[in-house]
Amino acid sequence: MTASGWIQLALYVGILALLTKPMGLFLVKVLDARGRTFLDPVIKPVERLMYRILGVDPQTEYNWKQYAVAMLLFSLVSCIFTYAILRLQACLPWYGAAQGHLSTVMTPDLAFNTAVSFTTNTNWQSYGGENTMSYFSQMVGLASHNFFSAATGIAIAAALVRAIARDKAKTIGNFWVDLVRINLYVLIPVCIVYALFLVSQGMIQNFRPYTDITVLEQAPATTQPAVQTLQMGPMASQVAIKMLGTNGGGYANANAAHPFENPTPLSNFIQMLSIFLIPSGLTYYLGRTVKSQKHGWAVWASMAVLFIGATTVCWWAESRGNPHFAELGVVQTGGNMEGKEVRFGIFNSALFANITTDASCGAVNSMHDSYTPLGGMMPMLNIQLGEIIFGGVGAGLYGMLVFVVVTIFIAGLMVGRTPEYLGKKIEAYDVKTASLAILILTHSILIFTAWACISDWGRAGLNNNGPHGFSEMLYAYSSAAGNNGSAFAGLNTNTPWWNTTMALAMLFGRFLMIVPIIALAGSLAGKKRIPQSAGSFPVSGVTFVVLLVGTILIAGALTFLPALALGPIVEHFLMTNTTQLF
Amino acid sequence: MSKIQEQRAKQHTEVALAQASDGIIRHFWMSIVATIALAVLVSGVYPLIVWGLAQMIFPNQANGSLLKDKDGKIVGSALIGQRFTDPRFFHPRPSAAGSGYDPMASGGTNLGPTSDKLINGIHKKMPDGKDDPSSFDGVKDLVAAYRRENGLDAVTRIPADAVTRSASGLDPHISVANALLQVPRIARARNMSQEQLRTLIDRYTQGPDLGILGEAGVNVLDINLALEDMKQ
Amino acid sequence: MATVTQTSRRSSTHTELSSGSRAKAQQRSLFDMEIVGPAIKASLAKLNPLLMVKNPVMFVTEVGAAVTTVELFFARTHSEPLGFVLQIALWLWFTVLFANLAEAMAEGRGKAQADGLRRSRTKASARKIDVNGIETLVPAETLRKGDTFVCTANDVIPADGEIIEGAATVNESAITGESAPVIREAGGDRSAVTGGTTVLSDRIIVRVTADPGESFMDRMIGLIEGAKRQKTPNEIALNILLAALTIIFLIVIMTLKPFGIYSGLLPSSISITILVALLVCLIPTTIGGLLSAIGIAGIDRMVQHNVLAMSGRAVEAAGDVDVLLLDKTGTITLGNRQATEFVPAPGVDPRELADAAQLSSLADETPEGRSIVVLAKEQFGLRGRELHELPHATFVPFTAQTRMSGVNINGTQIRKGAADSIATFVGSKFPDEVNKAVDKIARSGGTPLVVASNQRVLGTIHLKDIVKAGLPDRFRRFRAMGIKTVMITGDNRLTAASIAAEAGVDDFLAQATPENKLALIRKEQAAGHLVAMTGDGTNDAPALAQADVGVAMNTGTQAAKEAGNMVDLDSNPTKLIEVVEIGKQLLMTRGALTTFSIANDVAKYFAIIPAIMVATFPVIKPLNIMGLQSPHSAILSAVIFNALIIIILIPLALRGVKFRPLGAAVILRRNLLIYGLGGVTIPFIGIKAIDIIVNLMHLA
Repeated sequence: MTASGWIQLALYVGILALLTKPMGLFLVKVLDARGRTFLDPVIKPVERLMYRILGVDPQTEYNWKQYAVAMLLFSLVSCIFTYAILRLQACLPWYGAAQGHLSTVMTPDLAFNTAVSFTTNTNWQSYGGENTMSYFSQMVGLASHNFFSAATGIAIAAALVRAIARDKAKTIGNFWVDLVRINLYVLIPVCIVYALFLVSQGMIQNFRPYTDITVLEQAPATTQPAVQTLQMGPMASQVAIKMLGTNGGGYANANAAHPFENPTPLSNFIQMLSIFLIPSGLTYYLGRTVKSQKHGWAVWASMAVLFIGATTVCWWAESRGNPHFAELGVVQTGGNMEGKEVRFGIFNSALFANITTDASCGAVNSMHDSYTPLGGMMPMLNIQLGEIIFGGVGAGLYGMLVFVVVTIFIAGLMVGRTPEYLGKKIEAYDVKTASLAILILTHSILIFTAWACISDWGRAGLNNNGPHGFSEMLYAYSSAAGNNGSAFAGLNTNTPWWNTTMALAMLFGRFLMIVPIIALAGSLAGKKRIPQSAGSFPVSGVTFVVLLVGTILIAGALTFLPALALGPIVEHFLMTNTTQLF
Repeated sequence: MSKIQEQRAKQHTEVALAQASDGIIRHFWMSIVATIALAVLVSGVYPLIVWGLAQMIFPNQANGSLLKDKDGKIVGSALIGQRFTDPRFFHPRPSAAGSGYDPMASGGTNLGPTSDKLINGIHKKMPDGKDDPSSFDGVKDLVAAYRRENGLDAVTRIPADAVTRSASGLDPHISVANALLQVPRIARARNMSQEQLRTLIDRYTQGPDLGILGEAGVNVLDINLALEDMKQ
Repeated sequence: MATVTQTSRRSSTHTELSSGSRAKAQQRSLFDMEIVGPAIKASLAKLNPLLMVKNPVMFVTEVGAAVTTVELFFARTHSEPLGFVLQIALWLWFTVLFANLAEAMAEGRGKAQADGLRRSRTKASARKIDVNGIETLVPAETLRKGDTFVCTANDVIPADGEIIEGAATVNESAITGESAPVIREAGGDRSAVTGGTTVLSDRIIVRVTADPGESFMDRMIGLIEGAKRQKTPNEIALNILLAALTIIFLIVIMTLKPFGIYSGLLPSSISITILVALLVCLIPTTIGGLLSAIGIAGIDRMVQHNVLAMSGRAVEAAGDVDVLLLDKTGTITLGNRQATEFVPAPGVDPRELADAAQLSSLADETPEGRSIVVLAKEQFGLRGRELHELPHATFVPFTAQTRMSGVNINGTQIRKGAADSIATFVGSKFPDEVNKAVDKIARSGGTPLVVASNQRVLGTIHLKDIVKAGLPDRFRRFRAMGIKTVMITGDNRLTAASIAAEAGVDDFLAQATPENKLALIRKEQAAGHLVAMTGDGTNDAPALAQADVGVAMNTGTQAAKEAGNMVDLDSNPTKLIEVVEIGKQLLMTRGALTTFSIANDVAKYFAIIPAIMVATFPVIKPLNIMGLQSPHSAILSAVIFNALIIIILIPLALRGVKFRPLGAAVILRRNLLIYGLGGVTIPFIGIKAIDIIVNLMHLA
């Protein structure tokens, strides 16, 4: 654990904090159908055009049921759209650019898994981009969902926040207006600038065919020159939204570890910032909308505490390295370099791993599977908490608010009033929906993992044996149900069983969670807002942060302790105290 | 924030708009239209704008940061590592991408820290005496090979990056310590002074970005190109 | 003016009447054998699964206990020590029983009081009057709504009713515990009588207002016993959360089996007994077991303060109240104005004024009148003469027409009264100084009484409302808790403002009428506030019904009592403050024990997880941070702790956590430190200690 690491961590958190307010203020404008932004002169006409095409009246809103139906149908239709593109990619444009290199067959189950994966903002990839996807599949079939699913997440968070802020309201917003405005005002403009920056760092953005290069070192006696085939394509435009929208689906198999996809430490730093940019801004949006900026910052601080804590543990574990390597005479100056890139080193790998799993991003710049046990446990735990540490765009905030509701319900009574959150009484219905959201995640992860680990199809995909193999399965379903998409990537999941069960876990983790949350929004919106007084439950300040973090750790993390004990924890003790290998 | 802005912010209250009567059928239709209309924007207009600007402003990067030798022949991408086994070159890290540095199969080993395969490797021969495709060099083998290639004794400690595989399998860099350990071998093979090589390493070490971000490393393709240039 | 019925403070002498049993119940210690004995019996009866299923957490525990009991027969085939399985099974049964015991004890305390009430309800007979006015003696239980009966001295009133004729003094100690008699009379706000109370004098004719089984006494018994107790909204919500947690842990435990099989854990390490033990330890049994006891105890605490809450919901609402409507008279002020100053007219000797004032007040039995007598004595040493010392004096009582009172003595007519009445009486204008004095007193919130002797104006008496001691401080603490106090008074704005300022209330409603009181409640509620108020008159009924917490005075009318959701048997308006505090205390107790229960899980994980893994993976040993002796002793200790903590916390559940009138942030910090941090750390100590004992006794 080096000084430069601490400085980079401070720099990261500091810049993130500075960006939170401007991003939050901008979101306040965008997420209000009547809001005005500096982009209006350019974008307003496009916005109006979109409404006309869609037939949406931006002056109207939906109740929670209408909102949920719109969201579900849009997800369904766009999912089918992508499934069709993937299955038909050989007939669609640009297939030829990579022809001959697309060695992975696009089977129905792979297409289903991938379509679901991108629709649910998971971006789990049972395939390697460079040898599976045509440019058209990447740019239209997949990248579109990077926008759609991100906008959907933000829209739902906004609906929930509005619901909290409103007083006895029937409606929680207009899904179509939210969808259009988020895409037009936030995602597309930011991505244009961001993608150009990424290109400046060395990321590719072209439509050229895959390029064969005669490499520098040629064996003297062969007639066939040694070549290296370089992947080409519209990468920057896709990577920009993949990070900003916390989607995480890599253009290439190696994802953000690939030198094209993350060329420099600077591009790495900006990519990490872009993951947290919107989720962090949303906490400010929350504070501003509910008129308690301190609450917004308290939520931010809770996230920051969990983020810094997990990152530090992971970094520490990776810095210590692998004792088995040390025994072989390897000096691990930085730490465990297996599966990590030299330009990022230990700290930036550990930091990225935590950011990508705190958020529902899932892009990776190092291979989590090769982390030390405790180093790998932290990303897994981040996901299992529900990706609420900043979290996916929108998804992080609404997930965190579910925890806030549960926290207030458990501890709120202690101030001598029935629980109330920002003046909204938390009653049976709200507890029911919040509990449901938490139940779904835990159950999807644990039940699918249990199924896989006693099934032949489950164990067949393993790349590692012993506790680490268990970790691979646990991570896979955590990632799927949590809509993260990162992996202990040794696990081969491109089989019908894995593809299908993973797709189900992703669907459960996304939609079975979102629907109760929209219902919660509907319930909260309809409630009277009780004025705040000295007797109200304080939702800001150190006590609240401690309470929220404590609840998340006890109610969220401890649930997974038995499973983690059989995976990373026991592996840690085996690695440090024995020479046993698997 | 100015006073006026603050006041305006306070006035911003959450008030609901009128409720629309849109039902399921209507939402289904809107979903289809929205998918297509938005796809045109985010998968058509947007990537093309980026493409146009990128090709205009950063054509080199946008097309893969390709490097040419002095004859103008493309020899690789500055960002993508290549395989070097000849003693006259700096050697990159071991790679798990295909048979090594194959951009068509980027990735790492994905072996866990207690994997027997990762530490000890798998050594199987096929009946005809060739290596079985499942054969795999463990870190133990890589350490031995590195010592052998560079003529190091058994007590010399090997930098971690020299015997571990990167995440992408295409890592263009090696650590400075790794590069320095290779100096005697290259000097011997090329008849150069070790001092010359160390100076070269110094020159081709890419420090942390902005002086703080990331780690220092030596770009293997860059420095090997430089070696080839010096030959003539 | 005040009558005898205003017995607002409880007399200290508890009578030997049936109230004696109530008094005893209040002083009863928590573990009184009279309660514990039947409670133990009741806790066995509560094992009935049909009853248990209403409490998901304890139902799962009971099923677990049953499963481990069955496991006893398979201990040999599963190669588990029989003694270990037996102990786990026993402790799981104990866990369920302890939870039942908590509930039974809470109910038992109420039952003891209800039994006392029941005993007081003699098999009275009623002197029913039929349409022709003929009196017949019938059993009390045959009376129906609308019937009329007559009662004379020493009759026990056979049913709830309304006096339609006559007036009587009644001993209501059977329900209030207050032996001082109260006057009940036909018409007005004091016409209600309660079945089971005793007429002391006079004769009344009463119309029955409640059928048998629906009477006030019946409802009171039902409420105290908890027989008709319904879960409150917050209890329902909490039960949902606890059920959700239980389902989560159920999955955690069920999936542990396949996980264990994959990981190669020994089958005996993940046996059914051990998994059930782990499950019961993790689900929130502590709060699940104590939840209903806390609720019953809350109502019980109200009863101890002589307040009958008509539902648990009302007690909960009391905790949420953030606007208190307090009647000025009796709550904020001492109920009566007192003379504080004599302001003589120009040229009048103050002593003469005092003397005249005293004379005019000798027959005035109102507190105001007495205070004048006392003030004259204090200031001028004028001894209050006894009435029989003045045989020639004729006292003129206060009437609504004259609005003055006084005395005619030796041809002198002394009168005191409101300025305009005296002005009429003297038939001339007051001197300027007197007018000024009157104005000044009125402006300061006091009441000026002008005294005149024949046509001569002597001066003014300053009557002042006396604010009860300690109130401003109390209201300040309410403010810190976020509760707004509003004073309700019939006085004019000026007077009201002055008293409000002195008492330190946040707001006041002057010239209050039932209508504007109701409007005020509606306004506050529209702004999102929860309002509590007290009332006694029939015209208070709408406001009592509208308020979130309406405390009706027991002396009040039947209408008022039905409209409110609480009845204060002491008829003490100040009680509203205690009602709110008890409500808050109930909620705090529930929250504190929930937090404690959930925080307990940390230690239990660290006891059991290493225990089930260590046989297969000895390297996991460092995870056993408590250093528990063996896997079996670790599991047993966790289960024992889990059971015992319920018993240990019963007193806290019944008494409630200590209430402090502080701001929410401070209370939260404090309770979080005690019950949150305590909840995390105490089990570590407890389980370790039990583990030592278990090993000393070679139990595992």
